Amino acid sequence: MSFTLVASLLLISGCSSVAKKQPNELAAQHPVDTVVRDDVDYVIDIYDPFEGFNRSVYRFNAGFDRYLYLPVTSAYEAVTPDPVENAIANFFNNIFEITNLSNAVLQLKPKPALETTGRIIINTTLGIGGLFDVATKLGIYRHQEDFGQTLGHYGVGNGAYLVLPVFGPSNLRDATGAITDSLFFSEVDILHLDEHSKRKLAFYLADAINSRHNISFRYYDTGSPFEYELIRLLYTKKRMLDIAR
Amino acid sequence: MKRILLYILPLMLSNLCYATGEYGYPIDDPIVATVVGTPKDDAAALAKDIPRSEKSIAIFANRPVKKFFPINTLNYTLISQAHKAPLIFSIAGTGASHRSAKMQLLEKVFYRAGFHVVSLPSPTYANFIVNASSTQVPGHLVQDSKDLYFVMERIRQQLSSQLKISNYYLTGYSLGGAQAAFVAKLDTQKQTFNFKKVLLINPPVSLFNSVSILDDLLTDNISGGVQGFNTFFDELMQDFSKIYQNSEHIDFNDNFLYRIYQDNNKKIDTDRLAALIGISFRLSSANMIFTSDIATNAGYILPKNHQLHPTESTTGYFKVASRISFSDYFTERFYPFYRSINPGITQEDLKFSTSLSSIEHYLHTAKNIAVVHNEDDIILAPGDIDFFRNTFGSRAYIYPKGGHLGNMGYSENIEFMLNYFKAQEQ
Repeated sequence: MSFTLVASLLLISGCSSVAKKQPNELAAQHPVDTVVRDDVDYVIDIYDPFEGFNRSVYRFNAGFDRYLYLPVTSAYEAVTPDPVENAIANFFNNIFEITNLSNAVLQLKPKPALETTGRIIINTTLGIGGLFDVATKLGIYRHQEDFGQTLGHYGVGNGAYLVLPVFGPSNLRDATGAITDSLFFSEVDILHLDEHSKRKLAFYLADAINSRHNISFRYYDTGSPFEYELIRLLYTKKRMLDIAR
Repeated sequence: MKRILLYILPLMLSNLCYATGEYGYPIDDPIVATVVGTPKDDAAALAKDIPRSEKSIAIFANRPVKKFFPINTLNYTLISQAHKAPLIFSIAGTGASHRSAKMQLLEKVFYRAGFHVVSLPSPTYANFIVNASSTQVPGHLVQDSKDLYFVMERIRQQLSSQLKISNYYLTGYSLGGAQAAFVAKLDTQKQTFNFKKVLLINPPVSLFNSVSILDDLLTDNISGGVQGFNTFFDELMQDFSKIYQNSEHIDFNDNFLYRIYQDNNKKIDTDRLAALIGISFRLSSANMIFTSDIATNAGYILPKNHQLHPTESTTGYFKVASRISFSDYFTERFYPFYRSINPGITQEDLKFSTSLSSIEHYLHTAKNIAVVHNEDDIILAPGDIDFFRNTFGSRAYIYPKGGHLGNMGYSENIEFMLNYFKAQEQ
């Protein structure tokens, strides 16, 4: 799915997001073209050639979230006791340590690689298959690494900003990274998901619900008419920090 | 042991007068307090989960829908008790939603005190401006409070079949505190609620003075316009990056800022923090101004008669809106608008009418209204604390420190709120 998505994104020249002058339109008291200067960089500017398309996807995601994703997640939260929710979150965190490990190795970062290995061993054994995060309690913290960060580490730039259906904010580099990570994860296939299609479906559904459960973000909660720009800025800067770390 | 003491101490102190005893809130600098808030270990222990439900209500059913705005109902939060209970309306501060962190803190406090809670967004929050403001030009205390009152009446109707309500109470923080005072005054005429008790939490005395102070925090600490802001932002990102790289483990949670403060040995550049408060206010103000502009087709930033499409870029408008101070908005948009409704009104009249001083007599005599504030609150002008002491007398509870709302979650403050409202129910 993701391949066709990125490919189609690259092909679409981006529905124009630049304001066209409308009939009966009168200049504003503070018009953009007299206030904004071309020779000045603005922090809010992020390379976003597909802005019109991205905004459509943003709106789609908000609707998807409101009418499907959040109701399902709330139902899950209502029937699941907190300790079980935490165990499920720990389980997925432990499984996806594979991504952290492979990327720590690719970036030649010995400490994160060793600590991640330690975390996997401790949490899988003492933590009973990853249901408990014993490692963190022992002071061995999680290192979040993914292939987008690995690419960034070796100097690959952001590329165009992208809003992915369901997944949300990303960019060309990070979307490529996410696809690579998920291909690697299926290739390793430690849970033998490929042999059991029902198990595979259950795994990815539970992963999706658990992910939403752990994110407090709500669309349009900022109350800002500039929410799209603000999320775009935050996402880009946060990734910059992650890569520099 | 220290932890246990922290929980017991406030209980012991709760019998004493709050303002005079030793006050243990740990941050002395008002700017730092405002940004950092209450460290986790000093915060009151409150329930983690309470039964919250997100509600919505249509206020102006016939108002034409603007495509750009995704939601055409007013959203609020309800926390209900299973039995008959008093209901408290709680009003958010400038630009804040009914779901803001401070609102959720108050919900936990009032839920524990045995109330049904209705959390309302600020009339300066986009969803309110679009769906519940009658003028859609926010910032006018009298007008915004009328709108709030109408919303509260409608919510009362909406909830009448599902909740058993014994009495009504009212509170609000920051701008919401000032609005609570005006709502309470309006209720003495309309008498829909007959509020048993009202608590104003860190309200401004003069809205205009307070926003001018917040405007100045930005311009005093970041000079050089856009270029200056870029430099400031780059430096801030570098600081963040350093902190992020040097610490083993960072959670971006409520305690994040306090940990940075501690890790830097409490040496923090307060000018930079002051600028951050200024930026945060400017952002709220830009949101409010542009939302109002789209809703009213005033042609202030958006070209007049331009139908803003949901997929159209607003980045250019952001650049413009973020350069407009609240004072600019007041003289260019707010004052002309209210003069068109009320010809002959001067700027001074308008500033006075959006202040608590304009209802001083009422506040002096209303025995059911109390105020809680901080001596060093950064939004107050000189003399404002005296205004509260003189006007409210023994109903003014003034803490020696805490900045603007920094100590709101502090155990002693929470204990005070619990006692203030509980005492009434007996």
